[in-house]
Amino acid sequence: MNNTTNIMIVGVGGQGSLLASKLLGHVVMTKGYDVKVSEVHGMSQRGGSVVTYVRFGDKVYSPVIDKGEADFIISFEVLEAARYIPYLKKDGRIIVNSQEIDPMPVITGAAEYPEGLLDKMKAPGIEVSALDALALANEAGSQKAANIALMGRFSKFFEDISEEEWLHSIEACVPPKFLELNKKAFYLGRNS
Amino acid sequence: MKEIMLGNKAFARGLYEAGVEVVSSYPGTPSTEVTEEAAKFSEIYCEWAPNEKVAMETAFGASLAGKRSFCGMKHVGLNVAADPLFTISYTGVNAGMVICVADDPAMHSSQNEQDSRHYAIAAKVPMLEPSDSAESLEFAKLAYEMSEKYDTPVIMKMCTRIAHSQSLVNTGERIVPETKPYEKNIAKYVMMPGNAIRRHPVVEQRTKALTELAENTSLNRIEEGKGNSIGIITSSTCYQYTKEALGDKYPVLKLGMVNPLPVEKIKNFAKTVDKVVVIEELDPIIENHCRTIGIEVEGKELFSIMGEFSQSVVAKALGEPEKDTYAPLENLPVRPPVMCAGCPHRGLFYTLSKNKLNVLGDIGCYTLGAVAPLSAVDMTLCMGASISSLHGFNKALGNESENKTVCVIGDSTFMHSGMTSLANIAYNQSNSTVIILDNSITGMTGHQQNPTTGYNIKGDPAGKIDLEALCRSMGFNRVVVVDPYDLAETERVIKEELAADEASVIISRRPCALLKYVKHKPSLHVDTEKCKSCRACMKIGCPAISFKNGKAHVDNTLCVGCGVCRQLCKFDALLDKEAE
Repeated sequence: MNNTTNIMIVGVGGQGSLLASKLLGHVVMTKGYDVKVSEVHGMSQRGGSVVTYVRFGDKVYSPVIDKGEADFIISFEVLEAARYIPYLKKDGRIIVNSQEIDPMPVITGAAEYPEGLLDKMKAPGIEVSALDALALANEAGSQKAANIALMGRFSKFFEDISEEEWLHSIEACVPPKFLELNKKAFYLGRNS
Repeated sequence: MKEIMLGNKAFARGLYEAGVEVVSSYPGTPSTEVTEEAAKFSEIYCEWAPNEKVAMETAFGASLAGKRSFCGMKHVGLNVAADPLFTISYTGVNAGMVICVADDPAMHSSQNEQDSRHYAIAAKVPMLEPSDSAESLEFAKLAYEMSEKYDTPVIMKMCTRIAHSQSLVNTGERIVPETKPYEKNIAKYVMMPGNAIRRHPVVEQRTKALTELAENTSLNRIEEGKGNSIGIITSSTCYQYTKEALGDKYPVLKLGMVNPLPVEKIKNFAKTVDKVVVIEELDPIIENHCRTIGIEVEGKELFSIMGEFSQSVVAKALGEPEKDTYAPLENLPVRPPVMCAGCPHRGLFYTLSKNKLNVLGDIGCYTLGAVAPLSAVDMTLCMGASISSLHGFNKALGNESENKTVCVIGDSTFMHSGMTSLANIAYNQSNSTVIILDNSITGMTGHQQNPTTGYNIKGDPAGKIDLEALCRSMGFNRVVVVDPYDLAETERVIKEELAADEASVIISRRPCALLKYVKHKPSLHVDTEKCKSCRACMKIGCPAISFKNGKAHVDNTLCVGCGVCRQLCKFDALLDKEAE
């Protein structure tokens, strides 16, 4: 109801969404915004559908994002992006890794992985930016950096924060050992 | 310095700044990180206790000795620690003692949705409830002052959205109060009837004094609103949802101290508005208090008694316009949590399922053994219940069940409250087959050490309880260790122990696949020529195996090469590495 920006990071438990939200939380805090990040730990982390909410602005009260409120949905997986479109604001944007991971009902044969999800998401007029973050991460040196490649792509749509500020926060959030890898993945995502 | 901090980490920072010196806890989502973060301060002695009761009694001992102490647990953990809590309320403390209890509305990672505020009321101890990370830090420090001033343990109630949300905090310096001298005081600390009967009036007097405090403390504050047609009483995360949904449209009485609740403050607040609405998750505790003191309120007529709220829930209940949304896409398959690729529990549950055994389960990652396609687990109740229930099941049915019923319990859960249940089997002699799933860590809560792992909370070498020796010393002659990655051996052992005419313990031993020191093999690969599409490999419910273009497919980002699927393939189609 005020100038708060709402970003949902969604994916499958274990894909590295906590690092992505940590990075985002850090970068907006250094810009001087009030910020809240709400995470999921425990049972639902085990390969389940996971959601992290990042909210920032002059004053943030609620730690969660509700239906119709998200300015951006950053998704690590296609089906998970599709699942959360009711949370998107009417002029919101989806940034999605094109990776598809079968959920257990698909693995057991009780359901099928839906086809054409990207088009179905675009049908009501949603801006959808898809990228193969896994391939970019592999190019950078490790598939584990897919989360940062995805954040690189997101950074393009988010002009409040400069490239320099993103790099500063990557340095603050990533262990030195993996810094070069993650920087490379970030650039590959940003320039994809 | 301003930092962005998880609520639980901010709580730990508050413990540090309050000069806490002894911490003893048992992990439980969403409370775990308070203790994990406290353990990062070298000035604080921290430990994982075997269970919450032990943790609370340890913290009490440290308080008695004169040092500020802490214990943390999840809501159901407080059930385990309720016994000491109710009587520490009578003895009071020496140095300050604070208990964290973290509720889990909506059950993100819990077996029930109980409201811990009932415990504060029943045990007659004060309870504080922060609404963000900054308050988690600040209230932790205030709780110690309150504990010492009013001679009482203080409970600080967290919930998932406060514990696991990050927000900004200002940190301060650590101030360690002087150790309070320990003085023998039989009348205060020996709770036999003659003494306890003299302590009870002290407790009642204390509650009166704390109610006075509740009237005047800045923990309970009124925020002005533009209109007075409605006045809202709320606390914790519901306060944040209220402000998000309504801004300063209506006045709000924000409660930071939720037991005991103020009386005059609420009456005076009610006088300033046309109607009072109480917004609280789970049970109508503030609501019922208002009715008891004669204030008409609306609460659960407007809001659910179950689950979590949000800004939309508050907006809708108070007649605010709803947001425009995109329609959900239809027929999207759900994605429930599953056992990880390479999870050592998978091979064991496959074997139990294949043999159509009754499986009484317990609390941990292995509860996921109940999920399709394994669907192996018949029952999950609470920590330790698998073993005791198996004993009862077999006592009820005897021969009918003994050779086709087992229980499964993790190493940490066994230490928590499985040992006493095992003692019951040893003592009262049921022919039961107990399976301890020893993955060498407390898995579900994110890898905490326990008494069987040989390491303490800081990762330093510690005492290590030998499970085999422990079971033998209780009188079990049949104690067998198996590797659950070896399906044939696992099946042979389970059949043999079920057939035996005395009780046995099977230890299914293999470290959690997510442990950093566990070396993984390269991902397996499907030879699509050899694959006959029989789907045998799909029976284990491994998230790394799917069916693509009519053939089995292994996702090389998930597979850790455990080889369990390969043991099910009759056509040798699952190969070690990428065949060109």
